[in-house]
Amino acid sequence: MAADITKLGVKATWKDLTEGMIIAGAGTSKEFNTGEWSTDKPVFIEEKCKQCLLCTPVCPDSCIPVKDGKRGEFDYDHCKGCGICVKSCPFGAITMEGV
Amino acid sequence: MAKRDRLSGNEAIAIALRQINPDVFPAFPITPSTEIPQYFASFVANGQVDTEFIPVESEHSSMSAAIGASAAGARSLTATSSCGLAYMWEELYIAASNRLPLALALVNRALSGPININCDHSDSMGARDAGWIQIYAENNQEAYDNMVQAYRIAEHESVRLPIMICQDGFITSHAVENMELLEDEEVKKFVGEYQPENYLLNPECPMAVGPYSITDYYMEAKRSQAEGMRHVEEVVLNVAEEFAGISGREYGLFEAYRMEDAEYAVVMIGSAAGTTKDAIDKLREQGEKVGLLKIRLYRPFPAEAIAQALKGVKAVAVMDRAEGYTNHGGPLGADVMAALYRARSQALAVNYIYGLGGRDVRVEDMEGIFATLKQIAADGDAGETYRYLGIRE
Ligand code: SF4
Ligand code: SF4
Repeated sequence: MAADITKLGVKATWKDLTEGMIIAGAGTSKEFNTGEWSTDKPVFIEEKCKQCLLCTPVCPDSCIPVKDGKRGEFDYDHCKGCGICVKSCPFGAITMEGV
Repeated sequence: MAKRDRLSGNEAIAIALRQINPDVFPAFPITPSTEIPQYFASFVANGQVDTEFIPVESEHSSMSAAIGASAAGARSLTATSSCGLAYMWEELYIAASNRLPLALALVNRALSGPININCDHSDSMGARDAGWIQIYAENNQEAYDNMVQAYRIAEHESVRLPIMICQDGFITSHAVENMELLEDEEVKKFVGEYQPENYLLNPECPMAVGPYSITDYYMEAKRSQAEGMRHVEEVVLNVAEEFAGISGREYGLFEAYRMEDAEYAVVMIGSAAGTTKDAIDKLREQGEKVGLLKIRLYRPFPAEAIAQALKGVKAVAVMDRAEGYTNHGGPLGADVMAALYRARSQALAVNYIYGLGGRDVRVEDMEGIFATLKQIAADGDAGETYRYLGIRE
């Protein structure tokens, strides 16, 4: 039986954790908000974006979704705030505190 | 129908394991536990079990393989002693935190150094905080009976923790005693089939074992693990009751021997309890109110029940077959004294280090302890609470 990880998060109580911290079931990383522990997040400035899509492939956590050839808003549930996308954008369309 | 036999403690454990027929047994030999996998390997070779027996290159590997097998969904175990257990250290914690109900047949032996192959409890005492259930035996019969009960405790859905079944190196592991064995079918029925809820070899539901826990989760994970331990006492008692039904032999968290009206008590673990019982029988004939608490379940530690059993006692000697190097005594001493303190006991307690590296404990030694306890009660003063039994000064 797949583990119920809906309650997992940094505010989870010990009773919400799975026994032995095992995660049963596949593809669970989508449901688990791996980005919630980050302190800074990138900001997308849409007006400056040329849709060159250089930022999308460099994100280690696939947090820059692309639809119909255009990037959309960041997936903040999984973005860890590493700032790599900020550095990759040639047009200053991504900003982030301290980067 | 029970069968009478004469067996060494190692043979008794091996026979219990043959009757249990576990799925996977990785093993690496170390004195005095070597005979357990040795006997078991002959059962494998003779086709008496269908266990996957894996000869590995170290204890680090035997415990790792047992953990891997358990996570895969198998009923697994290994056996070891002394430095072999020390070499499993890292994995012991992993087995417990992953809530894997595997077993370890431990034959207690001194840790080096100085190098020594004889009995004391320094190996398992060092592992007492690893999150394993620890159960100890006084004699071969108890070692066998504890092994038969092991998986029922470890695999219980409210527990799911690894279990260490301990017996004294050479004293019980190699000494041959008369004992009773259960029928193979009885053991098979009692232990049952292992049916894990989740396991790695389940193609219907893949699973991640041992994921990284950042600071935000680690403490909650440890608290969750402690919950399993909180259920152990109750499960141990329930399994013991059921076991008594098929064997006629009764077990508890500890054995209270002639404790009813005892004023002077000894608390100890393992084979020296038999020696102590002899001393008690002798002293009781002389009218002395003496008794023994022999710990069976040491982890988790049944502190409340122990304090309750020691309620009417004037003076108590806690016997440690391991040093703690605290300058105050050994681990059992610390646990029992803390239990007495929490129960606001008025008993005067002393802690003895005894029997290290196979040092013999005689009936006269234990008679001497009871004489000391009587003196302590008369003086109203425990004096030095950290003592060595029979040390050459
Ligand atoms: S900050 Fe890092 S994780 Fe977040 S979107 Fe940018 S590249 Fe991805
Ligand atoms: S790199 Fe910059 S400009 Fe190019 S798509 Fe990403 S945000 Fe837009």
